[in-house]
Amino acid sequence: MKKDTNIKPVLEIKNLNKSFDNNHVLIDFSMDLYKGENLVIMGKSGSGKSVMIKCLVGLMYADSGEIHIMGKDISKLKQTDLNILRTKIGFLFQGSALYDSMTVRENLEFPLRNHKEMYENKDELVIESLESVGLLSAIDLMPDELSGGMKRRVALARTLILKPKIMIYDEPTTGLDPITAKEIIQLMRDIQEKYSTSSLIITHDIDCARVISNRMILLIDGTNYVEGTFKELENSKDKKVKSFFK
Amino acid sequence: MAISLKVSKGIKTFFLEIGELIYFALRFFKEAFTKPFEFKELMRQCYNMGNKSILLVSITGFILGLVFTLQSRPTLMEFGAEAWMPSMVSISIVREIGPIIIALICAGKISSGIGAELGSMRVTEQIDAMEVSGTNPFKYLVVTRVLAATLMLPLLIILGDAIALFGSALVEYLKGEVSFLLYFNKVVNALKFSDVLPATIKSFFFGFAIGLVGCFKGFYCKKGTVGVGEASNSAVVYSSMLLFIIDFIAVFVSDIFFEI
Ligand SMILES: Nc1ncnc2c1ncn2[C@@H]1O[C@H](COP(=O)(O)OP(=O)(O)OP(=O)(O)O)[C@@H](O)[C@H]1O
Ligand SMILES: [Mg+2]
Repeated sequence: MKKDTNIKPVLEIKNLNKSFDNNHVLIDFSMDLYKGENLVIMGKSGSGKSVMIKCLVGLMYADSGEIHIMGKDISKLKQTDLNILRTKIGFLFQGSALYDSMTVRENLEFPLRNHKEMYENKDELVIESLESVGLLSAIDLMPDELSGGMKRRVALARTLILKPKIMIYDEPTTGLDPITAKEIIQLMRDIQEKYSTSSLIITHDIDCARVISNRMILLIDGTNYVEGTFKELENSKDKKVKSFFK
Repeated sequence: MAISLKVSKGIKTFFLEIGELIYFALRFFKEAFTKPFEFKELMRQCYNMGNKSILLVSITGFILGLVFTLQSRPTLMEFGAEAWMPSMVSISIVREIGPIIIALICAGKISSGIGAELGSMRVTEQIDAMEVSGTNPFKYLVVTRVLAATLMLPLLIILGDAIALFGSALVEYLKGEVSFLLYFNKVVNALKFSDVLPATIKSFFFGFAIGLVGCFKGFYCKKGTVGVGEASNSAVVYSSMLLFIIDFIAVFVSDIFFEI
């Protein structure tokens, strides 16, 4: 996807700063996400990737900087408006974060609670969403009866049920075997095709990045160190960039 | 020097924590009285809490009544005051021992359970997941649990008291050959409004404290499995401590109103 200065990004971060006591995690981090693209963000463990996306959805507050999502400045939104905006963003957590006291079906119904019209045909929606990740057979199981890969898929189905415009994936393939990881990646591509979402993907997995990315950002030392396509970064001469592609 | 520094730091965190707990309680009241109400989840929590504690409370109550009567009997007999037995047992159990012992048992069962449950939900990002899906986790998780504990504790305490009195009656029946009917008659007659009312009001506060501290510790659980254990553990410690403080205040206040 070519960057076009005339198109407004669906998600825009400007000079984000976040520190915990003396640990400066994000320092003037900026980025844009455009409609329909798959943007991969890579960075070492502990470089602040999860912190950055948590600031995006208002789970953490940044110290300074601006975050615009679909044209709205999230720091200026009221709680109710923030909640409405949040339903347009799908968030896949690093550890799946399934509600372990609920069945798969109840897990999927949960996000629908605040949407009256959708709640009325919840059964159809649950089935449709589970079918799209190929796990309809698990509908009445509890999360602890699922394998890691199945959990990830159910979590994906749960975020899909509200038909989000933007998907945020926090390390979707970490902790999975290569084959399951490939299946998840394929799923992510199918989803993007089917719902034409814009995706922000955080990953360590270089294969995942190669397959899925339209554009990449390396998060190093708390800032947007370099930006470009997978090919461009792979052929970079910079030492820090090179270390990612070994 | 090092010790005084540690002590002053400890005192500081203690007061900070109390401040946070008060803030948490205020937030509870704010969220409890605004829509939407999670009625279904509240009922589920009530059922769960009652269901999980009923056996424990019954057994504790029974043994409490049994032991208490067995141990008081010889002393009372020495003074030829066995006739005082029913009123002594009923007043001390209903007014003080029953509520506090059962509340302590529930602190161990309910408060630690809530602490561990919410703690592990925090650690595994389930609470964050609720938040991003547009549901208010404070309302859904905290308000329902605190309310459920506040409503269930009085019921559990009444049940525990009743079973304790039954245990006591059993001892009198076996040892003193007093019939159940006569014994219960005496027990009920001995109880005054000023015994029952403060004890009942107090038990609502006990339930509130147990639910609140469990939720507070779980909701702000630190990361990692250590955090979960710590949350559950300190939920029990803090809520037990709070129970005694509430009990102390309750005795103080009922003294003013009812002139014991
Ligand atoms: N709630 C918090 N309190 C204090 N420090 C935090 C908190 N959350 C994150 N940090 C710190 O912020 C830094 C970045 O953490 P983050 O979880 O964003 O890393 P990450 O890039 O997602 O790593 P990984 O790839 O391992 O998930 C770490 O140094 C961490 O210690
Ligand atoms: Mg992370």
